[in-house]
Amino acid sequence: MLSIKDLHAEVDGKTILKGLSLEINAGEVHAIMGPNGSGKSTLGHVLSGRPGYEITGGSVEFMGKDIFEMETEERAHLGLFLAFQYPVEIPGVSNMEFLKAAVDAVRESRDEEAFDTVSFMRKAREACTAVDLDQAFLKRGVNEGFSGGEKKRNELMQMMLLEPKLCILDETDSGLDIDALQVVAKGVNTMRAEDRAFLLVTHYQRLLDYIEPDYVHVLADGRIVKSGDKSLALELEEKGYGWLEVEVA
Amino acid sequence: MSQEQIDKAIAKDYAAGFTTEIESDTLPPGLNEDTVRFISAKKNEPEWMLEWRLEAFRVWREMDVPEWAHVHYPEINFQDISYYSQPKSMEDRPQSLDEVDPELLATYEKLGIPLHEQEVLAGVAVDVVFDSVSVATTFREKLAEAGVLFCSISEAVHAYPDLVRKYLGSVVPRKDNFYAALNSAVFSDGSFVYIPKGVRCPMELSTYFRINEANTGQFERTLIVADEGSHVSYLEGCTAPMRDENQLHAAVVELVAMDDAEIKYSTVQNWYPGDAEGKGGIYNFVTKRGLAHTNAKISWTQVETGSAVTWKYPSCILRGDNSVGEFYSVALTNNMQQADTGTKMIHLGKNTRSTIISKGISAGKSSNAYRGLVRVGPAAKGARNYTQCDSLLIGDKCAAHTFPYIESKNPTGIVEHEATTSKVSDDQLYLCQQRGLDPEKAVSMIVNGFCKEVFKELPMEFAVEAGKLLEVSLEGSVG
Ligand SMILES: Nc1ncnc2c1ncn2[C@@H]1O[C@H](COP(=O)(O)OP(=O)(O)OP(=O)(O)O)[C@@H](O)[C@H]1O
Ligand SMILES: [Mg+2]
Repeated sequence: MLSIKDLHAEVDGKTILKGLSLEINAGEVHAIMGPNGSGKSTLGHVLSGRPGYEITGGSVEFMGKDIFEMETEERAHLGLFLAFQYPVEIPGVSNMEFLKAAVDAVRESRDEEAFDTVSFMRKAREACTAVDLDQAFLKRGVNEGFSGGEKKRNELMQMMLLEPKLCILDETDSGLDIDALQVVAKGVNTMRAEDRAFLLVTHYQRLLDYIEPDYVHVLADGRIVKSGDKSLALELEEKGYGWLEVEVA
Repeated sequence: MSQEQIDKAIAKDYAAGFTTEIESDTLPPGLNEDTVRFISAKKNEPEWMLEWRLEAFRVWREMDVPEWAHVHYPEINFQDISYYSQPKSMEDRPQSLDEVDPELLATYEKLGIPLHEQEVLAGVAVDVVFDSVSVATTFREKLAEAGVLFCSISEAVHAYPDLVRKYLGSVVPRKDNFYAALNSAVFSDGSFVYIPKGVRCPMELSTYFRINEANTGQFERTLIVADEGSHVSYLEGCTAPMRDENQLHAAVVELVAMDDAEIKYSTVQNWYPGDAEGKGGIYNFVTKRGLAHTNAKISWTQVETGSAVTWKYPSCILRGDNSVGEFYSVALTNNMQQADTGTKMIHLGKNTRSTIISKGISAGKSSNAYRGLVRVGPAAKGARNYTQCDSLLIGDKCAAHTFPYIESKNPTGIVEHEATTSKVSDDQLYLCQQRGLDPEKAVSMIVNGFCKEVFKELPMEFAVEAGKLLEVSLEGSVG
């Protein structure tokens, strides 16, 4: 589904990704851990096509297509979803309106018919309930005045409604209380499917107690320096990242 | 989103920019007393009307072009403009729509304004002014049943001379300002509305203005009188063809709300704004003012997306105690457009209240200024004003300005002013795109969200139209 080969990328002349490679197949759940500033969010943004990043080497294929040939929205239409580490606010645009516009756009790109308003609203209310947000959030401006945790749940709600193929969750678990963490985990687990993959960026092994990953990778200094299974996360929790740098060096 | 993308998305064609091949009688350019006499004679006006115009002309000749607005344009030569144009087939005024030139009807169909009565938006009566002449007023009988008078101002001069003599110029005097004086001298047509005491007008009233002829000025005059305890909602829409020359539009709108009456006046203005380089477009210099008596309410709602240069301040004189004035405005400028718009709330009576919500959106290289005056007179005990003035910038080549003027002569008056300026941020656009929206859709959604407080004041059909209009006007503002 996603094939990253020797990816190099820089921002404002600063090289962040330095030869990153990663293969993700449909149905898999990958977790990425790593020190602050190692390039985890950068990877997500480069994949989804945020302006300002320069690709200086390597290639990325998503659903069999060269991702760098596509606009951000075209990647989204193909099924790439990024839950942001820091979701922005769009004042005045109601969540419902935003969700409908997004789902309509994605469906239109696939030549699927738009949902009628009534059935869409029902779906949206279900998703809202699933992430344990009050229905009032559908009427509020997108992320407008939401608390940190509410923003994260709102990201998850968007993901549920858009039904993407590849879900990249950038620290969706950070800043969540225990209950909210379980809500996120449950959301992801119910969405797990044969034709869908997840890339979870997290600092906490705790999340992986609830969402069992197939692979765990460590990203340090712009590269994947170690990959393993679930037990790697436990090891990291215990030892931190220092020992890896020694091992790599 | 890059600047290039932004530029591309704002560059959109003007959909109402076609011209219509209609034979018309157009007065050669130039303005003197004979021009005024000619216009008056064309309309078979009574002597008093002619005299009124001539006095306005004399006043106008002594006045100077106002220069205080934050707009720049080449000097207008008022002798190069034609002051009267009428479609030929109107020589014998059509008695019904069947007699209206089919080309003309087709023009309005193209504009999305069906004139055939059965097709007209349910519940909206329409008066249409094409160049200088009113061509059709629909639903007249139904309105007459309720006692509502709705016709062109030319007709009103003949049919209801007492009302016209009493109120014409009573809110905007001829000498009020340069363009008001000019309009008073040469106004060609416009709408007249009278709502009798205690009547709630059974439908929305609406006028569409269209300038077709080249080098023609349009000077329409609207007079709305809502008698005691009556209620009316009035909509005004405007378009013009795309032409390389600038065209002048100098209208005057007067509203009179008697005791306990309510007038809601909504405008969706989409005059041709000129091309991306600033060539052509309408110069829109308009004087709109309402007078509110005791307990009366006047509400202006406007969505301004057109015109090369806009100079417009719909105002309320809150003369009666407890009267209420409201101004809700969305003004969008793109490319080289310039707008200097806002309102004046003049509090004279006790406990008068006013609300001003202004949303300015600037894209391209345009300039958008809000200019608002809130004056609390010495007798206006307990007057209150709340002003909220928000600007939204798209891209980094445009400008927004705010000029609030507050004059308070009564210490019990409370005047509040809030202003914000924000940008459509790259991160907002990125979020939208990540969720599958193209940049244009994203910008129009963000802009619509920004304007929500104003749109909800518009009558239903207009709110939808206004949203679409913004989308069209913004096309090319992102890529
Ligand atoms: N515009 C920029 N200019 C310069 N450096 C930048 C810019 N954007 C990001 N960086 C740097 O790139 C590095 C990687 O950032 P990134 O956000 O990808 O880290 P991260 O792994 O997600 O960290 P965290 O765990 O703290 O979220 C950081 O050192 C950051 O300061
Ligand atoms: Mg990060």
